[in-house]
Amino acid sequence: MSNLKWRLVTIGVLVLLSVYALFPRDVKTRQRRPDGTFFDTVTRRVPLRKGLDLSGGMHLALEVDESKGVVANKSEAIDRALKVVRTRIEGMGVSETVIQKAGNDRIIIDIPGVDDRERAIRMVQDQAFLAFQITDKTNAFEKVLPRLDAIAKTRGLGAATAGARTAPAPNASLNGLLTAGGDSSRSASGITRDSAKKDMAKAKADSATLPGASGGVISKMILAGQFPGEFLFERNNKDILKDFLDVPDVQAAMPPGKVVRFGSDSVVIQNKSYGYLYLVDERPIITGESLTDAKPNSTPEGTVVEFTLSNEGGRKFQRETAKHVKDYMAIVLDNVVMGRPPVINSAIGTRGQITMGQGRELQAAQGLSLVLKAGALPVPLKVAEVRNIGPSLGQDSINKAWIAGTIALALVVIIMLGYYRFSGMLAVAGLALYVLYTLATLASFDAVLTLPGLAGFVLSIGIAVDANVLIFERIREELDRGKTVRTAIDEGFRHAMSAIIDSNVSTILTAAVLYQYGTGPVKGFAVTLIAGIVASMVTSIFVVKTFYLLWLNRSRGAQTLSI
Amino acid sequence: MLRILHGTKYDFIRPWRIAVAITAVFIVAGLGFLAVHGINKSIEFTGGTLMQLEFQQPPNPADLRATVDGAGYPGSEIQPFGSPREFTVRAAGHDAGSSVEKTAREIEIALHKRFGATEPTVVRTEIVGARVGDELSRNALIAIVISLFVTLLYLAFRFEWRFGVAAVLATAHDLLSTLAFLAIMRLEVSLTVVAALLTVIGYSLNDTIIIFDRVRENLKKARPEPLYDVLNRSINETLPRSVLTHVTVAAATLSLLIFAGEVIRPFSWIMLFGIVTGTFSSVYIAGPTLLWIERKWPRARGNERAPSRAPAPVAPVKPAASRPPVAARTR
Repeated sequence: MSNLKWRLVTIGVLVLLSVYALFPRDVKTRQRRPDGTFFDTVTRRVPLRKGLDLSGGMHLALEVDESKGVVANKSEAIDRALKVVRTRIEGMGVSETVIQKAGNDRIIIDIPGVDDRERAIRMVQDQAFLAFQITDKTNAFEKVLPRLDAIAKTRGLGAATAGARTAPAPNASLNGLLTAGGDSSRSASGITRDSAKKDMAKAKADSATLPGASGGVISKMILAGQFPGEFLFERNNKDILKDFLDVPDVQAAMPPGKVVRFGSDSVVIQNKSYGYLYLVDERPIITGESLTDAKPNSTPEGTVVEFTLSNEGGRKFQRETAKHVKDYMAIVLDNVVMGRPPVINSAIGTRGQITMGQGRELQAAQGLSLVLKAGALPVPLKVAEVRNIGPSLGQDSINKAWIAGTIALALVVIIMLGYYRFSGMLAVAGLALYVLYTLATLASFDAVLTLPGLAGFVLSIGIAVDANVLIFERIREELDRGKTVRTAIDEGFRHAMSAIIDSNVSTILTAAVLYQYGTGPVKGFAVTLIAGIVASMVTSIFVVKTFYLLWLNRSRGAQTLSI
Repeated sequence: MLRILHGTKYDFIRPWRIAVAITAVFIVAGLGFLAVHGINKSIEFTGGTLMQLEFQQPPNPADLRATVDGAGYPGSEIQPFGSPREFTVRAAGHDAGSSVEKTAREIEIALHKRFGATEPTVVRTEIVGARVGDELSRNALIAIVISLFVTLLYLAFRFEWRFGVAAVLATAHDLLSTLAFLAIMRLEVSLTVVAALLTVIGYSLNDTIIIFDRVRENLKKARPEPLYDVLNRSINETLPRSVLTHVTVAAATLSLLIFAGEVIRPFSWIMLFGIVTGTFSSVYIAGPTLLWIERKWPRARGNERAPSRAPAPVAPVKPAASRPPVAARTR
C-alpha cells in the first residue's frame, strides 16, 4: 500500500514537472520589419525550440579561407574569429541564434527567421580590417610603369585589351573628370575639403598622361588622378587590372613599402565609368583595433560612419597625422579605399568618419558600423555551407508532421485497445504520459526539434508500445501456466525486464553515436530518439505497472484480467 | 482474450537455405545496381547547390530547364518535388575560386527574369562546399562502423560473444540489404537517410535481442534440448510480440510515408523496409549464424556460461557461408 502511494506520488511529481517544463511562457523575440529595423515582441509560447528546417531561417558554416596564405593555428584562429562573429550576429538583433565552433576549423551559425542570405553572409564574411594609410607622394608608381608594361607585353595582355579601350581625349575630358571627381572627395575632422580643391589645380597640370609613360598597355590603362598616388582606370578594365596586379612578377616589380589599393568610388565622364586606384604606404598609421565606437549617420555629404578611437589610439593617430600634414590619407577597409582620401590639414584626434561609397545606403552604413565595432576577423573566413529555408516550407513541414503523428497515434491506440482491451487501455494511458514526458524532456534540455526529429518522434510512438507488448505477452504466458492474476502480472513484468533493458540500451548506444557524428537535423533526431526511449522505459515499466497495482487494489481477488 | 499466433510450433529455421538464397540474390542484385549506377548522394555529400522552387502555376519543365541552362548551369538536375508546382534544381559543385553562393544567386536572377519578379518562390536553398561533403561522407561511415562495434561490445558484455557475433552479423546483413533497397529504389542518400539507416540498425538489433533473450532464458532451463529446438521454440514464443510490435511500428511508418511529405519520404521508405529486413534477419541470419558458431565452438554443456573468450573477429558478411544447422538438429 505504501509502495503504491509512493509510486503514485512519483508519477504525479513527474507529470507536474513535465507540465511545468512545457507551460507556455513569455519569450521575448526580436523581429525584423520589412524596412530592415527591428522591434521586440513578447509572445507566450510553449518552450520548445524549433530547428531551422521547421522555423525557417539560415544555417551557415564558415571556415578559414586559406586561398591567400596558410593559417598556422586554425583552431586558435577560429576561436578568436568566433568572438567577432558572435558580436556581429548579436548586433543584428536576431533572437535565438546559435553560434558555435564545430570541429577544429569551422564556425556554425544558425539564424532563425532571416531570409536575406547575401546580407547575412556579408555580415559574417567581411573581414573588416580597417587601416589608415598615407598615399604615395614620390611618384613611385609612375617609375615602375615601364616595367609593368614590359611584363604585360610578355604576358600578351596588349592584344586582349588594346582594341577595347579608347582613351578619352586628354585635355577636354580630364577637365570634366576632375570636376566630377572633386565633388566626391570627402573629409575627416581636422581635414578640410577646400585644401583638396586647391590641390586640384596643381594636379590638373600633369594628369593628362603619366610622366614616364612608355605607351605600353598598362600606362594607357592608367590615368593620373588629382593628387600624387591617385590614379584612374576605365571600369571595364577592372578585372584585367586586378588579375594583372596579382601576378607575382608584377608584385615583385612594385615599389618597396608601397601597395596598390582599389577605391570604392567611381566617376562617369563621357558616358564612361572610371574607377580609382591608389598607391599607399604599406604600413598603416593606425588600424581598426584602436576603434572603440562606430555609428552610421546621414550627412549632407552622404552616408557616413562616424568612429571614435581609444585614448591611446587617439594619441597615436594625432602623432602620426602631425607628421603627415598636407598628405592624403586613405581609409582602407578590407583592402578597398573607402571614398576618396582626404588631405590632412592638421593633426587629428580621436574622432573621424568614413564615407560610404557612392550608391551605398544607410543599411550598408549600419552594417559597417556594426562590423567595425565588433572588430576585424583575425583570419579571412569563407562560406563552406549555406542552408536557407523559407518560413512557409517550415510551417508546411510542421503541419504534415502533425497530421502524420496524429494518425500514427490513432492507429497505435486502435491496435492496442483492439488487441489488449483493458490492459491496452492502461498502455494507452501510459502512452499519453510517454508523449508528455518526451516533450518535457526535450523542452528542459533545450533540445531543438527538427523535421527528422519529429519523424523520429512519430516513429517512437510506434516503438514505445513494444515494451508494453513484451510485458503483456509475458503476463499472458504466465496466466496460461495457471498463475493467479497478481502473480502473473508480477512475473510478467519481472521476466520482460531483461529483454526491454537490453534492447533499449543498444538503441540508445546507436543514437548516441548518431548524436556524436551527426549535424543539425540529425543531431535533433538522435536527441528525440534518446528522450523517447528513456520516456518509454519509464512509462512501460513503472507507470503501467502502477496502473496495474492500482487496479488490483481496487478489485481485490480479481480472477480474470482483460489482456 | 483476442490471440493471434498463440502456441505455434512452426519450424522457422528449417527453410533457412531458401531464405538465405533469396536475401543473397536481393543483396547481390542491389549491390550490382549500386556498382552500375553509383550511390545517389544528396548534395550534403557531393557538394553543390540545391534550390527548391515553388510556382503559383505549374511551369513548363522544358522552360525551367532552358532557364537554368541559360544561367550557365547546363546539366543541372531538375526534378518535380511532390507536386507539379514544386521543383528542385540541383547544380553541380562550383569551382574553388568563386564564392559558394554565386550559383544560387545566378540561377535565382535568371528564374526571376524568365518567370517574373515574385515567381517562383525559392523556399529552400542548400549550398555545400565540396570539402564539407567529403567530411560528412567520412563521418557517416564512421558513425555506422562505430555503432556496429559499440553494439557488439554491449552484447558481448550482456550475453556472450556467440550471441554478439550472430546479432552483429544479422545487423550487417540489414545494412547491406537496406543499401540494396536504396540502390534499387534510387533513393537519395542524405544525412536523414543515414539516420534512418542507423535507426534500422537499432530496430533490427532490438528484434534480435528479444529473441536471443528468450533463447538465453530457455537455455537456463534444466531440460537439455538441442540449440536448434531452443531457437525455434524461442522464435515461436516471441511470435505474438513480434507481430504486434511490427504492426504498430509499420502503422506509424506508413503514416509518415503517406502524410509527412516529400522531405521525409526517403526516411520513411527506409524505415518501412528496415522493419521487414530486421524481422527477417533476426530469424534467418542471426539464428543460423548462432547455430553455426555453436557447432564450431561448442559451449560447455551444463555450465551455463561458457568461459568467455575474446570476441572472434567478425567475418565479412557472407550469409550463404553459414553451415547447415542440420547437424545440430539431429544431435
